[in-house]
Amino acid sequence: MQQFLNVSFTGFTLGAIYAAFALCLVLIFRATRIINFAQGAQAAFTTYLAFEMIDRGLSYWLAVPLAIVAGFVLGGLIERVIIRRVEKGPEINAVIVTLGLFVAIEALIGILFSQNQQGFPAPFGLQGFTIGDTVIALTGNDRFRIVAVAVAAIMLLALFRFTHVGLRMRAAAFGQEVAQLLGIRVGRMLTLGWALAGAFGALAGILIAGGGFISPSYMQGVVIFAFVAAVLGGLDSFTGAVVGGLVLGLTQSYVQSYIDVNLVNIAALALLLGVLVIRPGGLFSASVARKV
Amino acid sequence: MSLDSHDATADGSGELLPGGSRRVAGASSGGGLRQSNGLKHLLLVVLAWIGIILLVKLLETDYPFRVTQLATMAYYLPAIAGLTVLTGINGQISLGHGALMAVGAYTTSVLLDRQELPFIVVVLLSVLTASLVGLLVGIAAARLHGPYLAGATLALAVGVPGIAIYYRELFGGDQGLRVSPPSSPAWFESLTGDLGRGYITVLGWALALSVLFFLSNLVNSRYGRQWRAVRDDEVAASLLGINLGRSRVLAFVVSAGCAGVGGTLLAVVTRLTAPLSFTIVLSLFLLTAIVLGGLGSLLGAVLGAALLTFLPTFLSNQALSAGLDNSQAANLAPLVFGLVLVAVMLVAPRGLVGTTRTAYYTRKAHKRQAAQAKHAGRA
Repeated sequence: MQQFLNVSFTGFTLGAIYAAFALCLVLIFRATRIINFAQGAQAAFTTYLAFEMIDRGLSYWLAVPLAIVAGFVLGGLIERVIIRRVEKGPEINAVIVTLGLFVAIEALIGILFSQNQQGFPAPFGLQGFTIGDTVIALTGNDRFRIVAVAVAAIMLLALFRFTHVGLRMRAAAFGQEVAQLLGIRVGRMLTLGWALAGAFGALAGILIAGGGFISPSYMQGVVIFAFVAAVLGGLDSFTGAVVGGLVLGLTQSYVQSYIDVNLVNIAALALLLGVLVIRPGGLFSASVARKV
Repeated sequence: MSLDSHDATADGSGELLPGGSRRVAGASSGGGLRQSNGLKHLLLVVLAWIGIILLVKLLETDYPFRVTQLATMAYYLPAIAGLTVLTGINGQISLGHGALMAVGAYTTSVLLDRQELPFIVVVLLSVLTASLVGLLVGIAAARLHGPYLAGATLALAVGVPGIAIYYRELFGGDQGLRVSPPSSPAWFESLTGDLGRGYITVLGWALALSVLFFLSNLVNSRYGRQWRAVRDDEVAASLLGINLGRSRVLAFVVSAGCAGVGGTLLAVVTRLTAPLSFTIVLSLFLLTAIVLGGLGSLLGAVLGAALLTFLPTFLSNQALSAGLDNSQAANLAPLVFGLVLVAVMLVAPRGLVGTTRTAYYTRKAHKRQAAQAKHAGRA
């Protein structure tokens, strides 16, 4: 029982991180119908920025907000300078562009910073705690991760639901032409969407790195599984992204503990294919109108 | 009007849709029915192969590294050609072709290790295994589109190497399997003389060119036309009686089989099959190659394979002589590939072959118009 509980907690933490990235992907997908494969590489880049700042003596609590701002700017720039030109084209072109960015940014990190693994500081302890006789392997850092992701996600959703900017962003995503006729600067809203996703991704990247090692490609696995989680959830739905992330995280954690660590990835594949064969649009997709 | 002018108008309307990769392959393969080019293609392929043999003989003693690079190109080529047919002609994206290469490579390694079967049978069995995996993925893929398909194939790319590590006894775990490549038969050696390690290069090109020949006929056949129809307009295609799902699955199976050939060659060329050879980066590089060459064009696939083979070494040599350290130099190639990928998509989404061809046909059409105008003026 104790093992099951701890495995579940590990899966939950992992799932929270997948969910955070899946939220970024869904945020961008809803606004521009593009999957940003470069999301992970962007986050790795800002995490390296934070690492450099901390390494030079800046406090963790100052470096992290600065990195988040950098992520905001980077995301906005990428949309404005590059993505804007392929937004109207065929789906496949945009996919290829973001994949190109993904490869290029990762290589850039290797050139600018270091190719070697480096330890990234964790702001809280890496010890679990005990309740009665049971050892709970949920470390202080894990709790910080979950709380930070949850707070950021709630802030993001609140921004969408309760603010004027959020309403305009939703309108721009819903119907570009109508929104434009109503006086909304659609282009600006799209840039803002990418920038917000960049900032949220930067936070998630730093949270994942905390207490572990970073290398230029350390986000690869995360962003791939976050993408799988988003597809599981249906790409269009924030709830779907969170549920997809948690389901995937828990599945991987159970497979790792009870079957074999090397089958974690293939389990993700099986889960994804299983869901997509039954529901090709993901778990939480809205029903699609017939084409004819 | 001749077929050529039909091509020209197709290209002309393609101009109106900047960034339209849909039109790319349509333009490159022509709109109407074509006469069979089978014999011409066969001749080309045989000539190319003889050319490779001569090249290997020429380079073998003094530039062994170039011969190895040619062999590398030979294992990229079938996989890239298969992918360009899938993505460019049939419109399905796959980020998992590296994994399908892995299936072919592992099958070959395991079978060659037993030393029971002749090489050609090993190749056929590897193609069969890769095609079967392709069939499984293809059945799922046929129902998906765009980002969903990308996600499913991406999961394939990261999932498959794990299987190789899990079945340690059979597949050698992290260390991988050593491969003893086939040696050249006596009758072949009596024709060409001793080629040394160059034999693998020649053998590899024989297979790669066979794949190209097969695909070039296939894309100009009924199946190729069906694939293009499915890509361009699902509704119209199904109204014409094309079974969308079956057509897509078939394209995936064929493409996977080609990737299997690539995997087989990778195994015998590098003499090692290990999970690290089949990272997600391999799949992304294959995609890069087809985009740079020109989606849907087999000539583009050849160019893409050449770029993928020769550019990284060239770049890292330049970087080393410019004073960068080793790891920085190794990162230069992916950086350039990534940036070029973005730039190509923004500036010339038809890739090298598509852009050149469009320019050629546009010029030809202009010339013909000018000539007609002159003719009309005289009359």
